Amino acid sequence: MEPILNSAPFSPWEPGIFALFAYGAWVLVIVAVLLFISSWLGEKKPSPEKGRAYESGIIPTGTARLRYPVSFYLVAIFFLIFDVEGAYIFSWAVACRQLGWAGWFQILFFIFVLIMGLVYIWRKGGLEWGPQAKS
Amino acid sequence: MLTYAAGLLMLTVKLALVLGVLLFVAAYLVWVERKFLARLQVRYGPNRAGIFGLLQPIADSLKMLTKEDTVPEDADRIVFLLAPAVVALTALLMFAVVPFGGTVTVWGREIPMVISDINVGLLYIFALSSLGVYGIALGGWASNSKFALLGGIRGAAQLISYELALGLSLVPVVMLAGSFSLVDIVGAQAVKGPFIYYQPLAFIIFAIAAAAESMRIPFDLPEAENELGAGFHMEYSGMRFGLFFIGEYVHVQVLGALIAVFFLGGWHGPFLPGPVWLLIKILLVSLFMIWMRGTLPRLRYDQLMAIGWKVLIPLALVNIVVTGAFVLI
Repeated sequence: MEPILNSAPFSPWEPGIFALFAYGAWVLVIVAVLLFISSWLGEKKPSPEKGRAYESGIIPTGTARLRYPVSFYLVAIFFLIFDVEGAYIFSWAVACRQLGWAGWFQILFFIFVLIMGLVYIWRKGGLEWGPQAKS
Repeated sequence: MLTYAAGLLMLTVKLALVLGVLLFVAAYLVWVERKFLARLQVRYGPNRAGIFGLLQPIADSLKMLTKEDTVPEDADRIVFLLAPAVVALTALLMFAVVPFGGTVTVWGREIPMVISDINVGLLYIFALSSLGVYGIALGGWASNSKFALLGGIRGAAQLISYELALGLSLVPVVMLAGSFSLVDIVGAQAVKGPFIYYQPLAFIIFAIAAAAESMRIPFDLPEAENELGAGFHMEYSGMRFGLFFIGEYVHVQVLGALIAVFFLGGWHGPFLPGPVWLLIKILLVSLFMIWMRGTLPRLRYDQLMAIGWKVLIPLALVNIVVTGAFVLI
């Protein structure tokens, strides 16, 4: 009988979740140490000139948090839609042999609808970013 | 209890080795890139620090550590300070599920040559590569610089667009292997042969999307030098800039490892041990990416988005349906 510490999730011998967390801790420590050393060794001579945002030698005017074109927001929305549908495709992919042809025809219909959606946003001009874009 | 302590010790040694190799290769990948790119452009590249400039990465990292870490005046301080760490962390964490060999036997126990063989390894990788977007978008936003903001927004839009193509191009690989675990995917290729024979189209889509994910020429719009100065890391200096750099080169390595794992048979190969084969494959992919940087011009922003949405995603979707039919036959 193995003690509880050597059971699969907590055992350091298994490539499981414990090893993942240990790796995560190592990575965190390395990044923290790098930043600590740099703040320890680095020079500290702040001046107003250094603190100013670099805009190719011109003194910046106003805030830099400008509003940006709506097409970037649209990209984010499209991504959200397609990524969620990607999740369904993935869950089919891992079981595609067990689901057989019935599953294939269903995912065929699903992907057909997905492509129709892509064609629709394409026709509507959602995928135009060039100088001719109407937006 | 003693076995547990021994296990902890072994794990620590293994993790230290993996991280050491990752960071060492990342540092020397910078040297390889500078040297190779210079030769492509009929220059010499770094040749002052040590023989062939081999000490250049060490000189560079020492310099970055001793430089001042400036924060712009109106920057969002906390976000500004944390963003580079997010980029480096996600890139390093992605390697956790990549298998780099079979098993080695130490003290009569089998040590698996993978850090963590979780059964949703592929989804874990997508999750982390999506999280990496935050480092770029927030770093660009927090800098309070117009160039950095533009770079950050572009980076976010580009990364999420190519994320889709990247994900969908791997669905056929999952179908062929029947598993999300990277260890199982490599195992399936040991039996069937590398998936590049079965899925050349998926390989091409994945390679293009991976190049776009690593934000290098021809896809380096977020940091396009002649439009945006340095893009999202415009205002960063010292080691925080260094962390963006580490993140980029570790990312290149991890993507090379992923191309090897998904399409080139992973660590399997004749004569040499597994980790060496994986390293050779990673270096070949990285060299190809550097070569691409030396050869291709930068795309325009609308061309970049058009390739992702109008070419790669429809192709990947069709490829999924066709592969599904072939798997079932």
